[in-house]
Amino acid sequence: MVLECGEREMGSRGAATVVSQLTRASRMRSKLQTALEASVLEIEDVSHQHAGHAAMREKANSNGETHFNLKVVSPKFEGQSLVKRHRMVYDALADELQSGLHALSIVAKTPQEIVLNPK
Amino acid sequence: MFLAYDVKDNPVMLYMKGVPELPQCGFSSLAIRVLKPYQVPLASRNILEDPELKSAVKAFSHWPTFPQIFIKGELVGGSDIILNMHQNGELKEKLKEISGSQENKSEVNC
Repeated sequence: MVLECGEREMGSRGAATVVSQLTRASRMRSKLQTALEASVLEIEDVSHQHAGHAAMREKANSNGETHFNLKVVSPKFEGQSLVKRHRMVYDALADELQSGLHALSIVAKTPQEIVLNPK
Repeated sequence: MFLAYDVKDNPVMLYMKGVPELPQCGFSSLAIRVLKPYQVPLASRNILEDPELKSAVKAFSHWPTFPQIFIKGELVGGSDIILNMHQNGELKEKLKEISGSQENKSEVNC
């Protein structure tokens, strides 16, 4: 798996620094990939569309990464209701939701659904 | 706990940002726009008014974001899911036997 993100090379202060420098989007990518074995994983940061609404001004520490659109295609969604699928995504991102991730718009499909109704 | 009564007593119960007449967030607004045309009574609580309510709802439902929409006592999800259910006909099915769904004008109990 290739992480498409702009994380830095390991600095002289070691791994902990690097982890904290990862963008939220890249942390979300690796968490979702690990938890859901996604075959498609699209993460779009749409925070700018929500900048300035009241809840966001308190979240100065989140680098503005508060709102995302997600598209996840995972075999683990097979036979699960939409509520259950969304819960699986929220569970994988629990830490992020605790630390300033505010809202997700989620498209959660199985590989088979994508074949039957590509969109 | 009062939340259990909320969702039991109100066939459609929303925990949202703002009120149905004036939602304070795009997602809450979307949920209202999807539900309104069904003309079922929409009960709601505004979580922006009360931080304790907000955490109580999250703990009650184990769902981290708002709006949260309960139909007949069951969490159906947030705005993505309600829109999805509208598009695939599931929502119509679910709201079918709710009293007032036929002739009632959209009545709002807040």
